[in-house]
Amino acid sequence: MNERVPVLKTYKLFIGGEFPRSESGRSYVLKDARGRALANICQGSRKDFRNSVVAARGAQASWANRSGYNRGQILYRLAELVEGRRDQFVTELKQQGSSMAEARKEVNLTIDRLIYFAGWADKYQQLFSTVNPAASPHFVFSVPEPTGVVALIAPEERGLLALVSLLCPIILGGNTVVALASESRPLSAITFSEVLAAGDVPAGVVNILTGFRPELLEHMAGHMDVNAIVYAAGKSEERKLIQQQASLNVKRVIFPKIEAWTSESVESPYHIMDTQEVKTTWHPVGL
Amino acid sequence: MSTTTEPVGESTSTLPLDWTYAPAPEKADPNIRERYDLFIDGEFVPSIDRQYRKIISPSSETVVCEVAEAGVADIHRAVKAARRAYDKVWSKMPPRERGKYVFRIARLLQERAREMAVAESLTGGKPIRESRDTDIPLSVAHFFYYAGWADKLSYAFPGARARALGVCGQVIPWNFPLLMAAWKIAPALATGNTVVLKPAETTPVTALKLAEIIRDADLPPGVVNIVPGGRPTGQALVEHPDIDKVAFTGSTAVGKWIMKALAGTRKKYTLELGGKAANIIFEDAAIDQAVEGIINAIFFNQGHVCCAGSRLLVQEGIANVVIEKLKRRMDTLILGDPLDKNTDVGAINSKEQLDKINRYLHVGEEEGAEMWQPSCPVPEKGFWCRPTLFTNVSQSHRITQEEIFGPVLAIQTFRTAEEAIEKANNTPYGLSGGVWTDKGAKIFKVTRLMKAGVVWANTFNKFDPSSPFGGYKESGMGREGGWHGLMPYVELEAL
Repeated sequence: MNERVPVLKTYKLFIGGEFPRSESGRSYVLKDARGRALANICQGSRKDFRNSVVAARGAQASWANRSGYNRGQILYRLAELVEGRRDQFVTELKQQGSSMAEARKEVNLTIDRLIYFAGWADKYQQLFSTVNPAASPHFVFSVPEPTGVVALIAPEERGLLALVSLLCPIILGGNTVVALASESRPLSAITFSEVLAAGDVPAGVVNILTGFRPELLEHMAGHMDVNAIVYAAGKSEERKLIQQQASLNVKRVIFPKIEAWTSESVESPYHIMDTQEVKTTWHPVGL
Repeated sequence: MSTTTEPVGESTSTLPLDWTYAPAPEKADPNIRERYDLFIDGEFVPSIDRQYRKIISPSSETVVCEVAEAGVADIHRAVKAARRAYDKVWSKMPPRERGKYVFRIARLLQERAREMAVAESLTGGKPIRESRDTDIPLSVAHFFYYAGWADKLSYAFPGARARALGVCGQVIPWNFPLLMAAWKIAPALATGNTVVLKPAETTPVTALKLAEIIRDADLPPGVVNIVPGGRPTGQALVEHPDIDKVAFTGSTAVGKWIMKALAGTRKKYTLELGGKAANIIFEDAAIDQAVEGIINAIFFNQGHVCCAGSRLLVQEGIANVVIEKLKRRMDTLILGDPLDKNTDVGAINSKEQLDKINRYLHVGEEEGAEMWQPSCPVPEKGFWCRPTLFTNVSQSHRITQEEIFGPVLAIQTFRTAEEAIEKANNTPYGLSGGVWTDKGAKIFKVTRLMKAGVVWANTFNKFDPSSPFGGYKESGMGREGGWHGLMPYVELEAL
């Protein structure tokens, strides 16, 4: 009996809307719990990160210039696409060690998070903007604006849910991102990048790297054209290194306080403000 | 409409007009003691090693008083007092009562506004008109504004509970000594924190006068502690293990040092750092009004303003006329005694700062820019710098890229709005900016594209306690003022 031989998937990086291998040519072997090889994963390099920042910077102004309504629709579309690919995401999560029930729950929550945050894209501005009652004859208002290019370091756990929960509040506010996926659970991140490419997210808005955190961390935190860094991997010595490097260009450093990725506390508009600046505009009032 | 404002023609003018103003000195007693000690735990105490620093008036170089210098051990005492006050009193006090104390401070400060203004000008060098009309009233207003928030925080953050952070270590600069103290202390107290504040080494006097007011207001001991000193004092405060938050206003270099020093700690921080604001003037602007605004943008407080409009981007077609008008206006600026009510430009705050400005004037000329100053007389004693403008300036010149913190304007030209925005954003800073045009749509487009935390359109250097202030990029993080200014002093918890 000849059984059909399945076609294996190649996992690559996602930079500027394309799927290159690491420019360094390096990769690492991802194994399952029983030690069998699952896939070769690109070991992203510093140069890959720099290229991603160029892509992210190039995409930022026009992404920020889109309406909140439009960004919300794009996030909603991602939810639709993940829904359509749920079996693939569930399978990959299982390959990486989740039980069937856990994997299903994680995919469901991921879809719901996308929809939750999609809804904020044209609302957080109203929540966090003010018209300021200045004592002088001026019209003064303050609005949130994206901080720019954000580096995101995903935690090891919850390779899909954590990444998406962190990505959403950053991009819905008009920032662009270079994300480093979980080293031990990278499969869903790469598959999610295929969703990003198939969805209407413009090239460069989200860039996803795989690789080794210790190798890339210092560089990500120190890069002079990155405005903020979100770090959720929870290692105190890595936090310290990030804070030191961030001082080079007064980078905003965000350590999200997350008790559990499945908890509702992840869903808060205050997370959006972590990567927003506040701009105040004055104009005289008179005849 | 009659036109009676035509200039008087030569034929009718027989005598040259003398525009010299008679002196108009402010003579109120600033009520400055000969010696100030540290304000710790509700009382004035000498520093442990009995060190005092002489405070001089930058306009006369005479000694005004001496002020105790806090050492590491003094900082420790102050933080301990603040911690005790937080644990035992302040965090337990009903928010409304807390707010009443802050209201008291505002009122007492208001009542002593005049002597505060004189003290500010005497020790800081800024014109009395500015301290009287800007610094002191804005300080009062800041306390009033935040006092009212104390018992309303549950309405400020929907879906979350705001909790105080604990003890705040605050370090402020010498350019707006009392106002910066108000910006730091008022929101911290209103949100339920206690404070250890270090004023700048050259300008601690009004902060210590504020300490007297805080004592008179009967604030519980330790809630506010004021510990003057230089950089080592600030370092000891920032590095003290028992503070929960650092709030700093000052240079970007020190801000970066603070970020590094706090790495690996649980301390939160907000930074309000340097700037290199561009003022963009379009051909369709009301030119005379814009010229007045540009003058105010850069010469207000001798240019010792982090958000000063130190770069001017002028559209090519009007460059000559704008520069000509600027020079004419600069010729009429009155430089001199800060306590004279006619004075427009006061003294440079310190010898050190004057040396720095002079180095930049030298650098500007060396790099090929053209310098112009009015010929106004300069007093013999004291630290002075004539209002200065540079033309023939390019984007890469150091006087375009670096913060000078003095009365020095670098002028560039542009053709299109896109070019102006590109140039405006092309520095590591992003604190403020200005736009001058009569076209509404253009204002909204340009102000939105400027990477700056505060943008003034057809005005400049306006401040209000209800209005958030703070920078993008290397100009810092966090906002001071308004609803947004509460955020850096609270921890939000899910309900």
